[in-house]
Amino acid sequence: MNKIIKSSEIGKCFKSGDQILVGGFGLSGTPLTIIDELLKVDIHDLTIVSNNLGDEGQGLHKLFMQGKIKKAIGSFFTINKEAVIAWAKGELEIDLLPQGTLAEAIRCGGAGIGGFYTKTAVGTELSKGKEEREIDGERYIFEKAIKGDVAIIKAAKADRLGNLLYHTTARNFNPMMATAGKIVIAEVDEIVEVGDLDPEYIVTPHAYVDYIIQSNYSKVGRDYVESR
Amino acid sequence: MLSPDKKHVIAKRIAEELEDGQIVNLGVGIPTLVTSYLGDKKIHLQTENGLLGMGPHPTEENVDIDLINAGKEPVTYLKGASFFNSADSFALIRGGHIDVAVLGTLQVDIHGEMANWAVPNQPILGVGGAMDLVTGAKKVIVAATLFAKDGSSKLVQELSYQSSGIRRVELFVSDYAVFKFTDTGVKVVEMIEDISIEELSEKVGFQLEYLKDLSKLINK
Repeated sequence: MNKIIKSSEIGKCFKSGDQILVGGFGLSGTPLTIIDELLKVDIHDLTIVSNNLGDEGQGLHKLFMQGKIKKAIGSFFTINKEAVIAWAKGELEIDLLPQGTLAEAIRCGGAGIGGFYTKTAVGTELSKGKEEREIDGERYIFEKAIKGDVAIIKAAKADRLGNLLYHTTARNFNPMMATAGKIVIAEVDEIVEVGDLDPEYIVTPHAYVDYIIQSNYSKVGRDYVESR
Repeated sequence: MLSPDKKHVIAKRIAEELEDGQIVNLGVGIPTLVTSYLGDKKIHLQTENGLLGMGPHPTEENVDIDLINAGKEPVTYLKGASFFNSADSFALIRGGHIDVAVLGTLQVDIHGEMANWAVPNQPILGVGGAMDLVTGAKKVIVAATLFAKDGSSKLVQELSYQSSGIRRVELFVSDYAVFKFTDTGVKVVEMIEDISIEELSEKVGFQLEYLKDLSKLINK
């Protein structure tokens, strides 16, 4: 099966109301080409699971400005001024989770685990309404696993089967999201032949990956620039 | 305007608390200055977006924008470094594998519970890794000036800002004094400003006391 598709072909993977997992921390490790493609697809009421909603004018911020996002689940939205305003007006739902809880919830989602107990956020505003339980004398709260209808991720290299390698801290949420989407689309900088990647160093095995697209972006100084 | 000196006094004092070989997470702001005062001590810096063995900022021509710290600034990595995903990174943090977290704060109460994530009177829409670090690090050192811009004390009898978790932090290094949190509440372990404990008590608005066996500690 050929997993390598053109970015223009990915629109069919999404529908209104989908919960979409989006890799990245800041813009590092964000699938910018796939997000650009999402801008062209006529869908709405999306729930986005991502650490934050991109940067000013870049990444998920563009999708948000189109009004396609109904709800955002993540750990850090304060830098998105428009998102804060939309939330205050009741136009955007936000589910705020500690960053480690977000990461673990996605890991569980992909690993067939329904949820987990964590000490993080016990006794705080973010534990409100969550089940609390004492384990070995310590307080924990229950957090449900997170899964996605689609996961869109960014990796450095893929082979034609979909084995993935990442680059430095651009790895972040991507490997967990690769496991937790019904459909997983990986945007990569480079596609190589099967056998070219050393099996000892593969981070995401191809079993998780449905589609691979070539990224249109490259790094120029402090920016990711569209180059193709 | 806060003088840079005060920040550096705090950072320098915190550097004394760190030990060679420790795994350390430094929060944004004053904590990042600690690296300037380590001398011969080698510590391994962890950043929660997935790196252990973080190095200094790169020169402009060596910036790789994939490689950033938790504050989204470009960084480098040192020999012996490792990259890992966010779930593994927070397993390190939550699982008690970080020796020390040095964190900024808005408030700490007299029992050592801190509030360092939700800015008052603003929507609560960002938490990042703050709560995980407060919960999971083996030792938490708070690095902050004792007084906020409006003059209010950050050491308080009761938090009025949102708590970061029920964990008791170990130490609060401020520009006036170093505070330790014990079973019987906050104790002054060291004066940094040249004032008496009575004067300091008046400034923060409640009675402070030295740790009982301070004289023994000092003479040790």
